[in-house]
Amino acid sequence: MKVLTGNDLKTGDVIWWTGSSWSRHVDDAADAGETADEVLATEEAARRVNVPYVIEATREADGSVRPAHIKDRVRALGPTVRPDLTLKPKDPEALDWII
Amino acid sequence: MYKYDSYDQAMVDARVDEFRDQARRRLDGSLTEDEFKPLRLMNGLYLQLHAYMLRVAIPYGTLNSVQMTALANIADKYDRGYGHFTTRQNLQYNWIKLEDAADILADLAKVEMHAIQTSGNCIRNISSDHFAGAAHDELVDPRPYAELLRQWSSFHPEFTYLPRKFKIAVIAAEKDRAAMRLHDIGIQIVEKDGEIGAAFYVGGGMGRTPMIAPLIRDFVPLDQLITYAEACLRVYNRYGRRDNKYKARIKILVHELGKEEYKRQVEEEFAHMLEQGVEPPREELERIKPFFADPAFEDGAKSVDRSDPDFALWVDRNTHRHKHDSYVSAVISLKPVGGIPGDATGDQMRLMADLAKQYSFDELRIMHTQNVVLPHVKIADLHALWTALDAAGLGAPNMDSIEDMIACPGLDYCALANARSIPLAQRISERFDASGKTGKLGELKLKISGCINACGHHHAGHIGILGVDRKGVENYQLSLGGSEAEDVSLAKITGPGFTEDGVIEAVETVTDVYLAKREGEERFLDTYRRIGMAPFKEALYD
Amino acid sequence: MTDLGTSPDEVQFRFRDDEPADHGTVTVDACCDQTNATAVRIEPGDDARALLPFLDRLAMVEVNFPTFGDGRGYSSARILREAGYTGELRAVGDVGIDQLSHMRRCGFDAFAPDKPLNVADAERAFATWDNVYQRTTDGRKTIQELRHE
Ligand code: HEM
Ligand code: SF4
Repeated sequence: MKVLTGNDLKTGDVIWWTGSSWSRHVDDAADAGETADEVLATEEAARRVNVPYVIEATREADGSVRPAHIKDRVRALGPTVRPDLTLKPKDPEALDWII
Repeated sequence: MYKYDSYDQAMVDARVDEFRDQARRRLDGSLTEDEFKPLRLMNGLYLQLHAYMLRVAIPYGTLNSVQMTALANIADKYDRGYGHFTTRQNLQYNWIKLEDAADILADLAKVEMHAIQTSGNCIRNISSDHFAGAAHDELVDPRPYAELLRQWSSFHPEFTYLPRKFKIAVIAAEKDRAAMRLHDIGIQIVEKDGEIGAAFYVGGGMGRTPMIAPLIRDFVPLDQLITYAEACLRVYNRYGRRDNKYKARIKILVHELGKEEYKRQVEEEFAHMLEQGVEPPREELERIKPFFADPAFEDGAKSVDRSDPDFALWVDRNTHRHKHDSYVSAVISLKPVGGIPGDATGDQMRLMADLAKQYSFDELRIMHTQNVVLPHVKIADLHALWTALDAAGLGAPNMDSIEDMIACPGLDYCALANARSIPLAQRISERFDASGKTGKLGELKLKISGCINACGHHHAGHIGILGVDRKGVENYQLSLGGSEAEDVSLAKITGPGFTEDGVIEAVETVTDVYLAKREGEERFLDTYRRIGMAPFKEALYD
Repeated sequence: MTDLGTSPDEVQFRFRDDEPADHGTVTVDACCDQTNATAVRIEPGDDARALLPFLDRLAMVEVNFPTFGDGRGYSSARILREAGYTGELRAVGDVGIDQLSHMRRCGFDAFAPDKPLNVADAERAFATWDNVYQRTTDGRKTIQELRHE
């Protein structure tokens, strides 16, 4: 599926397009399908996202979303060398998901 | 240390106001990201993998305890309690909010610091020898000249939109501790016929096309230093390539024109510039110099009690000979075994600040190897200092060893990365520490970059590792034989790349070859230079 | 002769009292070949020094910035001023608020941005630096000179 991502203009947080708004959690990401370019343009113009772009991702059986490229998996979770600063600090397995 | 006067302070304050206004215009939509990006970059603000990143300049790597404390407080207040010291003697924060950035710059300005020109296609933070003003082997302290250049390069109206970034290093010893010849301009303060002047090396750099800067002029009189730099920059600004960002650095211009032709053009421009009166008045250098005068050194103990072997090891590895025989410069390693090279927490920064106040005339230095130096420590105080450092996890006795590797942020933080660098650094230091091989290997400079941009200096590593993307999987190229020091050379790739596990094995293998082949006191680099690549290749690939 | 058709009413900021030159500009090459051109346009790749023999007859030099990131025009401007050119020096093209103060310091005294600029922002930008570190052709004393007066 095609997923939209970018950073929050004010905070710089990594955010994902849910179909109607932006979430910090990649698993909330929706398939943007054909509308991707249009959504990016309006959302960027409205300053609800900064430097947005489209990535390839897959929806897993458990409903989670896995970006195709490792860079976006690092963005989705956080630095692999600082598990305490990732979005899942209590889950040691989470890092395996990145690699 | 240099202290701002009201002029310097006003410049930095004006810049904070200017940036506050620019950030406001971005947030309210008057500026698009395309328009804002070069402006924020000129203030050290990047958009990175997880958030905005702010790069703070530490001019020529020198700072005092108040400044270090301010850096710690910013880490705690606006970031996540830590910062990353870089090979360019800067500090990077990884989790910055755009809405806070102007306030951070204002906090920095209060302690005479800033993030000006730490990115963008302008003249960057001037770097220097981290032992400047302390080393036994320097001709003079290079920092007054670096300060003169700092002022000249700050907000230079002609050179703010250069073809590409521009990095200048200044040293004043034969030993090069600042990778001088891998800079766009490397300046060595030299003596000729009893006069002090500057040798200009122009056109070095790393990145995807590493080059060693050739000597362009062996002696520029000190009262023409700025004028000569201005001539070098003008030729570059006019003729550096702008059609291809990968060919835009001055090294490509010097290479394509040839050193002689570039020099001819610079000399012509220089002759013209001399008539323009761009050189600051001579009294300015005399005004700056006393800021860097020696502190009041006192005679004291000249040796330490070596009965504690851990302490003795630290003294042997992490101290550097001082020009006063009762002092040394002490290196605080930011490379604990298994740690993240160059990272320091707010608490560690505050501790280093306190120790600097107590033991080093209130001075600290940032090294290009991502460590911190207390430049002037009494030999008599070393044990107390070491005890305090060790208790805070800052006592690793590993300067210039394989565990003292340089590693760029890599794919854990950097948007340009192909592969992670930090986990490699962690695993290698753990492994070599556990096997006890580190000590046997002696001086061995390992440098890791997560992509071809070479922020981790891999081209200049005795052993270099470069992260590449191989069909979406992290892969690593190994190279051997580089050096950033006075025996400067560029490393050569061994052959096909390795997986993460594979490259760690490969580092083990090449160090085994070295231990088997070395003669006498040879370092890894010396053995490599004597026996060449073949034996290493054979061990790696056959 | 190529008439690029720039008309003076596109100039948004001007720091001169004389009448703006209201005739079209020619290219640097054309200017060197023809003896009567009084207004010329410098593109980033042009060598401003080619104009030095003709400075006496030039009343206006327009320096084009196709993108603000191409900083060659700053050198062109200073080179002309260093050679004693006193006519109008006009920055045209992708000229934004944040370039104004540097351009002014390099000798530009007229500004014709592609996109008109917010006047209040521009005034603030022109006044950004009370004092400066570098000697340029704007004639201002540098901080280093002021320190040792
Ligand atoms: C994380 C954000 C960073 C980004 C986006 C970044 C970007 C770059 C780029 C694009 C280059 C290549 C320049 C060229 O070849 O023209 C480069 C070179 C370099 N960077 Fe970084 N860098 C980053 C972090 C760092 C860090 C953390 C350090 C210090 C550890 C550093 C030090 C250097 C050095 C020493 C070079 C080589 C200079 C040369 O090419 O001559 N950078 N950087
Ligand atoms: S070398 Fe590449 S990965 Fe490493 S910090 Fe520089 S740009 Fe990022």
